[in-house]
Amino acid sequence: MRIGVFICHCGSNIAGTVDCAKVAHIARAYPDVVYATDPMYTCAEPGQAAIEAAIHEYKLDGVVVASCSPRMHEPTFRRTVERAGLNRYMFEMANIREHVSWIGKDMEANTNKAAELVRLAVEKLRNNVPLTAKQFDVNKRVLVIGGGVAGIQAALDCADGGVPVVLVEREATIGGKMAKLDKTFPTVDCSACILGPKMVDVAQHPNITLYACAEVEDVSGYVGNFTVKIRKRATYVDWSKCTGCGACTEKCPSKKSPDAFNEFTGTTTAISIAFPQAIPKKAVINPQHCRQLTKGKCGVCAKVCPTGAINYDMQDEIVTEEVGSIVAATGYDLMDWSVYGEYGGGNYPDVITALQYERLMSASGPTGGHIVRPSDGREPKNIVFVQCVGSRDKSVGRPYCSGFCCMYTAKQAILTKDHIPDSQSFVFYMDIRAPGKMYDEFTRRAIEEYGTEYIRGRVSQIYPNGNGRLTVMGVDTLLGRQVEIQADLVVLAVGIEASKGSPQLAEKLRISYDSYGFFMESHVKLKPVETNTAGVFLAGVCQGAKDIPASVAQGSAAAAKVLALFAKHKLESDPQIAQVDMRRCVACGKCIRCCPFGAIKETEFRGEAKAQVVETVCQGCGLCTSTCPQGAIQLSHATDNQILAEVNALCQC
Amino acid sequence: MNDAIDISHVRDAAFTAEVEARSGQKVASCYQCGNCTAGCPAGFAYDMQVSQIMRGVQLGLKDSVLKSRSIWMCLSCSTCSQRCPNNIDVAAVMETLRHMARKEGHITVPKVEKFWLSFLNTVRAFGRSYEIGTMVLYMMRSLRVYTDVDLAPTAFAKGKLGLLPHLTPGGAEPVERIFRRYRERAKREGGRP
Amino acid sequence: MNFAYYPGCSAKGSSSDYESSTQAVCRALDITLEEIPGWNCCGSTPAHAVDTELSAALCVRNLDIAARQGADLLLTPCPSCLSNLRAAARRMEKPAFRQRVNELLDAPAAETFPEVTSVMQGIARQIDRETLAARVQTSLKGLRLAAYYGCLMSRPSELMRFEDPENPLLMEGLLSACGAEMVDFPLKTACCGASFGIPERAMTARNSGRILELARRLGVDAVVTACPLCQMNLDLRQKQAGRACETSFHLPVLYFTQMLGLALGLKRNELGLNKLAVSANGLLEKMDNLRRADAVEGGRS
Repeated sequence: MRIGVFICHCGSNIAGTVDCAKVAHIARAYPDVVYATDPMYTCAEPGQAAIEAAIHEYKLDGVVVASCSPRMHEPTFRRTVERAGLNRYMFEMANIREHVSWIGKDMEANTNKAAELVRLAVEKLRNNVPLTAKQFDVNKRVLVIGGGVAGIQAALDCADGGVPVVLVEREATIGGKMAKLDKTFPTVDCSACILGPKMVDVAQHPNITLYACAEVEDVSGYVGNFTVKIRKRATYVDWSKCTGCGACTEKCPSKKSPDAFNEFTGTTTAISIAFPQAIPKKAVINPQHCRQLTKGKCGVCAKVCPTGAINYDMQDEIVTEEVGSIVAATGYDLMDWSVYGEYGGGNYPDVITALQYERLMSASGPTGGHIVRPSDGREPKNIVFVQCVGSRDKSVGRPYCSGFCCMYTAKQAILTKDHIPDSQSFVFYMDIRAPGKMYDEFTRRAIEEYGTEYIRGRVSQIYPNGNGRLTVMGVDTLLGRQVEIQADLVVLAVGIEASKGSPQLAEKLRISYDSYGFFMESHVKLKPVETNTAGVFLAGVCQGAKDIPASVAQGSAAAAKVLALFAKHKLESDPQIAQVDMRRCVACGKCIRCCPFGAIKETEFRGEAKAQVVETVCQGCGLCTSTCPQGAIQLSHATDNQILAEVNALCQC
Repeated sequence: MNDAIDISHVRDAAFTAEVEARSGQKVASCYQCGNCTAGCPAGFAYDMQVSQIMRGVQLGLKDSVLKSRSIWMCLSCSTCSQRCPNNIDVAAVMETLRHMARKEGHITVPKVEKFWLSFLNTVRAFGRSYEIGTMVLYMMRSLRVYTDVDLAPTAFAKGKLGLLPHLTPGGAEPVERIFRRYRERAKREGGRP
Repeated sequence: MNFAYYPGCSAKGSSSDYESSTQAVCRALDITLEEIPGWNCCGSTPAHAVDTELSAALCVRNLDIAARQGADLLLTPCPSCLSNLRAAARRMEKPAFRQRVNELLDAPAAETFPEVTSVMQGIARQIDRETLAARVQTSLKGLRLAAYYGCLMSRPSELMRFEDPENPLLMEGLLSACGAEMVDFPLKTACCGASFGIPERAMTARNSGRILELARRLGVDAVVTACPLCQMNLDLRQKQAGRACETSFHLPVLYFTQMLGLALGLKRNELGLNKLAVSANGLLEKMDNLRRADAVEGGRS
């Protein structure tokens, strides 16, 4: 073998504490090394050209670059050697920057260590073999999970790009949290008015198939070829017949069903349509509260339905969809704020969440848009808003900022004044986070034009003071004084958490999630939409707190990723995957159980059970290779022989 | 000439570190939300609110903190610790500051210390606390002879106050010995017993 | 059932009524409290305010006595004693601290101490709701009561481990089993002003005033406490609290054991009701009238 070695200076990043010329000199003595040099910037165009030239001039069949972390530039140099006619896997990289020059100041020790790392890379390379990627077809359909504004945007953009979309929504209607909002900041335009048309587009788009009241049950396959099982929950209404006329909801005698759409600020009928602009506009029966389903007698809705759509015997149904890519847009839920015993833990009717307050302000809400106290229906005059209830609070396990509460609170304070001109709003806050376009101006408006009193400090306790009002014990840290407000209504900006079931869905999608259930992007800055599973993308709050504009932007970004993926007719699989040695495999099945990607299945080989790696699914993590008791699985490009060659070299250093 | 605090000059990082070490609390994690102040039942009697004390500790303002009236008026009710979003035991910090202030000889509210010492004197003498004894010692120390005289008639009539100390059976000597060893050690170590 | 018992100094002085009612109620519920011999003051707030090691040494001497008696559980009626004893036991887990405290004692303390808990928890551990309800002789039905725990019973929460620290319900459970109507009392763990009544009267007057004010607004017949200091501030100092709030209160403030004793039909003099500064006579009359009305009602049906 003829190996060329390039010891990069990286300006002074490496050369500052490593004698690069000396390392190159030492490397010339390593087995099979026929050429070694020390360029200033190997990754720069002249540096790459020098590698190509050396390959031709010295007839190299392998190259080692000793420079930075392979994370950034391994793909760069692989392309370089490929341009010069080598297989891209006949290349090795030694990290002498992060692992050497940046962490030690002793020039002699650093130089020795760098030389040793180069030696390892050379020994690895001597055991390398050319690998080739395989090509496979792409199923150009996409699954979008979650029909909030992020999912709607992703679905519409994909559909407009000509890609068939399967949109799965857990609730009875799409629209997500945005559909529950009365107005949106910083323009105070009607939420339903701007979201409504998009929801209708979803319903009417020929490329979109919508499953509401449905959840993803199982995901298998790999990028380009996923198989998804979707559970359609029984709605007890045949939606192919239901016209959404509402006759059933008018006549339903069970009127005490909890109204989830209205955040439990009111009650609804056991058969209901979530709200007037619901998409799909179809009726759903709540089986816990339907008299027919709980007591076996009633049947009023079946009698009044003009199309005969009611079906009390309906069962859940599983449908299977084949897609090539998946967008997760599952959004958020409010954290359980009952942990705040000092705020009454949910026992005081006039201490409510901001989302409940949206429903009280909304014309489609339980009070027809009239702000009244849940306890006695009186119009409140003193309204206190408390920020960061379950955000930035380590003591309840929520150290993160929920991102959008500062802004919606300013909006709610403005709207409160519009609804009740003689009211006074007070906002207890720690910091006002308003970095968006026109955001800070908006909060200033709440203060300057609407007279909202912002008080800097947290609230220690809220309690009914026996006079029909709530005593709010707070502080004005700017004054350095304790303050107290006798409030009629207290609105808590309750922090957010990943929507219920997020970790379970992440497991199905084989993507990572953080300790709060938010899905992990592939790279915080440079790959904010991608996940570590190829073909699975993220949109909206499921990845982390963000407001409507950011959610919409990420929805579009996810769609762009899907469309870019589908622009190729064939995809290449990474050849750095596990390989089963059929002769050694005893079919114990340990690899199948340990594989986090479901990439190994049992197969039959000459009448015997054996493990087989599904090449397109395997991510090359290596778990199976270290689990296999027979040593029957080898990870290409990280085989036992290659690793042992490195260990050997290290021991000889 | 303004009276700004010259932080570069006054800031005492060693003080901050000592408070953290003695109290076992990470004062740096306080983000000044003010929840401790909001719920403090003694705040009205403070010269610096408890959140300001925390800020003073963060900034290493040793003198203003240790000479504050607040650290003596703290009721040790732990409302602040219970509701601190950053899990800081604020009451422990206040107690640490009080101990440090005593050690440095800053007794900003002498009557409070006098009351405590009066109480402890009766415990040392009798093994158990003794309300009348505490009161008499306190009145002598503080020269506040009218303290709670309004309560005396009811208290006596209802037998709320025993005129005689309740002696620990087996004598108060073991307790006295605890106090003696404590005083000797405090003197040896240069503290205020 | 026998428990080792640490009465605390106030039991022998200002809260002898708490002590006598505790003894009476426990007797009636077949709980025997065995006072540990030669116990001393826990040092209360003054000791830990002055020095943690001194405070611990005073407490540990008592824990040591209980440990050498072979007790596995030590009950005390007073939350302040409880808090000090528990804090001392916790601090003694650190070897360096233990050594410093041992230096103050006549002999090194026992390696492990019995768990210390409140009489209230001891009763609740021993007697379930149904059993208690079955023992009731005179129902508290028709009485509206506020349970007031004070600040030390549940705080610091990880030390005291007393139910939900913001909303304990143990006292409500016991008294509602006896038929009382327990109001939601949001200031149940607020501080009454503690021992500052002597050096800084405004501290107790204002804080106790706030508590009494809310209790009055909620229309309760009595406030029920578990702490000698709280009881003194709310009861003996009620006039001072009234003056601080520019009003005057007349609210009986009873120990929960006195209330339980009434329900269990114990003799009223045994419960020390005559020691209350704010008379409970009105409350007792109301109770008698209610029960008389029951009897008439019962006779009719």
